[in-house]
Amino acid sequence: MYPAKFAYEAPRSIQELLDLLARHGDDAKVLAGGQSLVPMLKLRFAAPELVVDINGVPGLDHLTEDPDGTLRVGALCRHVTLERSALLAAEYPVMAAAAPLVADPMVRSRGTMVGSICHADPQGDWASVLMALGGHIVAMGPRGKRPIAMTDFVVGPFQNALQPGEFAYEAVVPPPVGQRTGTYLKLERRVGDFATVGVAVSLEHSGGRVVRAGIALTGVGPATINAADAADVLVGKPLSEETVEQAARLAAEAAQPQADHRGSVEYKRHVVATFVRRGLARGEVVAA
Amino acid sequence: MSFSKTVEITETSADTRRITVTVNGTPRVVEVEPRLLLVHLLREGLALRGTHIGCDTTNCGACTVLHDGNPIKSCTMLAVQADGHEITTVEGLGTPSELDPVQEGFHREHGLQCGFCTPGMMMAARALLDREPDPSEEDVRWALSGNLCRCTGYQNIVKAVLWAADKQRGAQPAEEDAR
Ligand SMILES: Cc1cc2nc3c(=O)[nH]c(=O)nc-3n(C[C@H](O)[C@H](O)[C@H](O)COP(=O)(O)OP(=O)(O)OC[C@H]3O[C@@H](n4cnc5c(N)ncnc54)[C@H](O)[C@@H]3O)c2cc1C
Ligand code: FES
Ligand code: FES
Repeated sequence: MYPAKFAYEAPRSIQELLDLLARHGDDAKVLAGGQSLVPMLKLRFAAPELVVDINGVPGLDHLTEDPDGTLRVGALCRHVTLERSALLAAEYPVMAAAAPLVADPMVRSRGTMVGSICHADPQGDWASVLMALGGHIVAMGPRGKRPIAMTDFVVGPFQNALQPGEFAYEAVVPPPVGQRTGTYLKLERRVGDFATVGVAVSLEHSGGRVVRAGIALTGVGPATINAADAADVLVGKPLSEETVEQAARLAAEAAQPQADHRGSVEYKRHVVATFVRRGLARGEVVAA
Repeated sequence: MSFSKTVEITETSADTRRITVTVNGTPRVVEVEPRLLLVHLLREGLALRGTHIGCDTTNCGACTVLHDGNPIKSCTMLAVQADGHEITTVEGLGTPSELDPVQEGFHREHGLQCGFCTPGMMMAARALLDREPDPSEEDVRWALSGNLCRCTGYQNIVKAVLWAADKQRGAQPAEEDAR
């Protein structure tokens, strides 16, 4: 399959990139890992006039933690880098759990977390992870940088909140307010598949209580779902059987699954509740 | 060297770009249309037909090659993106008289039946062994999890890669099972 014709530019600096985007606006498509865009070009679901390949732009592949504990994941930080990161393994249990579950090894060699979030596929795993962690995307455009909360970033299936002329510079996870626990659980029909259901559960504990909680759902709605009510019942108290059960029920209610070849509505809701329980069971602080 | 004639994918002459790609150690200068996929450059432009196209939808891994040492699906990268990079295909793995341990492993352990998935499997295996010379069976299965095989049931492919790992480390490869 051949994509339709397009013009191609490979800017060598952020300024060149911004100039190209300013000049071409909506006619331009950013190419990051290409693991969603190239298949779409081949199927001709996307036929942009201009493809702007950002892979040669220096300064976008970072994975760094600020002194205050803010994590920054650059637009060219690939899934595989996150999968192999010692920092994530030590301090970011939800991200470390999700990274190896995204796609397959070859897709992970190229694909990026930021690109996945920009793609805004309701079945994308990273959007749920960043949402549960209370993170945001830093957009960069002609007027500089601006943060967009993950809860506002996905505006619909395959639609994000970037304006023409902007690109996503990095994904940001705020510093923790307590000890971080949690995980990402994903049901897939076979290894490497998109999620039938994915659930990100992130908790922060301090003084024996949950001080921050986030729960987000993959693959069970027209977009990534923020199960805020489910997360809220956990905050301000220690985890108990009662709050866990409430959270599982509220998350299942927040899900808006469609029946398809991956399962029925009831089944998917059931898996959401089960994953929330399991995720929270792993959310206990060891020797608190 | 220019391959513009063979690389062209339409009759109208479109805007092409001149790129330099190092393929199996040799720099190749080619003219490509931006929409040309890397797998087509390799197979049609450079006549390296060891890299197979299975699904053409990024699912099967038959088209796996190494891009600066990392395994990628060449049906899902534009040829222009390889400009300035190193690509290794199955033709670069070894020679008939000097097989790569991975190739030898597939031979010894019957890691193939029809052979269609084999080049992709071997490239994914090579990437694993370059990074992890002493992989567990689990590591091998994980590294090959993006490569589909319709014939073998994977068992002998995994054995082949473990054999190659032993060979490469200078360990005595586990003797072949009775078949
Ligand atoms: C076989 C297969 C299986 C997969 N399985 C999964 C899975 O299980 N879970 C999962 O989450 N994903 C999966 N994916 C998708 C994969 O994770 C992609 O890597 C990801 O969705 C897109 O990231 P990318 O860097 O490849 O982006 P690209 O393909 O380059 O871009 C995707 C879209 O985002 C835009 N974009 C990318 N980066 C930016 C930026 N910095 N600023 C503005 N716009 C940008 C592009 O213009 C395009 O519209 C799978 C893909 C394949 C082919
Ligand atoms: S042909 Fe490229 S993944 Fe199947
Ligand atoms: S040997 Fe036939 S597909 Fe693998």
